[in-house]
Amino acid sequence: MKIRILLAAFALVAALPVLVAGAGAADAPKLPSGPHPMVQDVPADPMPREIVDDVKRTRNYADQPPLIPHAIRDYQLDLNVNKCLTCHDRKNSEGAQAPMISITHFQDRDGQALGAVSPRRYFCTQCHVPQTDARPITGNMFKDIDTVLRGKEGGK
Amino acid sequence: MGIKDFAVRCWRTFSRPSVHFSLGFLTLGGFLAGVMFWGGFNTALETTNKEAFCISCHEMKENVYEELKQTIHFTNRSGVRATCPDCHVPHNWTDKIARKMQASKEVWGKIFGTIDTREKFLDKRLELASHEWNRLKSNNSLECRNCHSAESMDITRQNPRAAKMHETYLFTDQKTCIDCHKGIAHRLPDMRDVPPGWTGITSSAQ
Repeated sequence: MKIRILLAAFALVAALPVLVAGAGAADAPKLPSGPHPMVQDVPADPMPREIVDDVKRTRNYADQPPLIPHAIRDYQLDLNVNKCLTCHDRKNSEGAQAPMISITHFQDRDGQALGAVSPRRYFCTQCHVPQTDARPITGNMFKDIDTVLRGKEGGK
Repeated sequence: MGIKDFAVRCWRTFSRPSVHFSLGFLTLGGFLAGVMFWGGFNTALETTNKEAFCISCHEMKENVYEELKQTIHFTNRSGVRATCPDCHVPHNWTDKIARKMQASKEVWGKIFGTIDTREKFLDKRLELASHEWNRLKSNNSLECRNCHSAESMDITRQNPRAAKMHETYLFTDQKTCIDCHKGIAHRLPDMRDVPPGWTGITSSAQ
């Protein structure tokens, strides 16, 4: 009898972390593809919508590659053609009324000026990305330089 | 002389009244034969005008059709999709027949394997694409306009960038659809010497 109670107690103790973890999972941030048993079929969240309003976003710091405020579905970006440059290259910016890519893109890594876009800058989406209305999974405490400076002055 | 004699004999038979067949048989028979011929011709024409026919060749199925499947003309929010002939065959009858006659060159290409490997296809892509661009340019992008009409286009529902471009280039008839919208349903060839519609200067990196 005693042994049976002891076994039951052991079983309860062993199950406790699982039960607690199960309760805790409900409050945890919902990851789009968070850890779940491989065999379990978890329905995917709907795809977030692209932001296509053509409004320039403030950069968080001066060196930040500007975000793409339009859709880039099916934009071909390979050896044959760079769809982005058909508007944003120097020659095409008037016809397309698109912002020209920065002068830094016409320099090699030693700062030498080039006549055309530097090969190392050719693949735009390595740095420039479109945005969606997806909500961030975790918060972000980033403050830009102005906020940081203002904060210091206030502290003095 | 033989050919001339033969032609003369044929004409004599043809111009004389029939000896064996009644007028009713000849008129009704002619009518029925006409119906059957026309029906058969049209059915054959429509069969070759279906996507299933286009992709029965591996050249089309493995190259251009695979590429189309990823684009907005194949899959989109409203579920309307363009099939091969919607863009590549004129809907108007005379234009359609003219295009079909041109397509006999494509049968030749199929028989002699002009693009029977991926590499051959890629090497020839600029030439093939240029044919289509020129065709659409010369008919003012007729196949685009079968679905997308400038009159029904509500630019207030477009994003400002697209609206401005259409106002500047499309509504003023400065440009036609294909001038700017190249490569919307298939991958593009080397575009070094093909300027974007709004520029007229090559976007070449050279």
